[in-house]
Amino acid sequence: MVRVQEAPFDPGAELLQITRGRTDIGAVASFVGLVRDVAGDQAISAVTLEHYPGMTESKLAEIEAEANRRWPLQASLIVHRYGRMLPGEPIVLVATAAQHRAAALEACAFLIDWLKTKAPFWKLEESPGGDRWVEARSSDDEAAARW
Amino acid sequence: MKVLYFAWLRTKTGKASEEVSPPAEVTTVGELMEWLAASRPGFAEAMAAPGVVRAAVNQDYAEPGHPLRAGDEVAFFPPVTGG
Repeated sequence: MVRVQEAPFDPGAELLQITRGRTDIGAVASFVGLVRDVAGDQAISAVTLEHYPGMTESKLAEIEAEANRRWPLQASLIVHRYGRMLPGEPIVLVATAAQHRAAALEACAFLIDWLKTKAPFWKLEESPGGDRWVEARSSDDEAAARW
Repeated sequence: MKVLYFAWLRTKTGKASEEVSPPAEVTTVGELMEWLAASRPGFAEAMAAPGVVRAAVNQDYAEPGHPLRAGDEVAFFPPVTGG
């Protein structure tokens, strides 16, 4: 399932929901991306995530479908926020469920690596020195390319 | 044809979207980029960094050679930085 929303979410509650009422799942892996209060030597007071409504949802659904083609997943979830958020708040949750840990862990890493390079989101950081658009990192391209 | 701008392309062009009517000889994404840059200083400035501006046609990523049709939704943006 894919959800793109402005509202905050509770990662713990989302994870509980994945296994609620199910006894066939043996492994759940998750990644939570949070707003940090520092970027390099800059203090960050807030970030704003801009996105491309419509394309965001379809790209995330494509990425999720690809994970389900590659690994035998019993459930998968991507929740990604947009709008302004403060340090400590979750930005993104990726979770995967499978019978065994390898599929869950690998699919989870795949999902966040591909999401970072293929989902149309852009991050604006607010700091005492002014607002700054975050630049893409080549290390993210390399992480996505390993899959 | 509807053109959308995101992130710092939006701030440089000063608009999130616009309706454009390029001449008939503009048939690809790359040609549209050159045509937009010729009349929009903000877009030309964004294009000055080679290879940075990315495009999508009808909400799917598209290379400069991608053909355009009337009614397409074309978006321009920098490399994505979500997650």
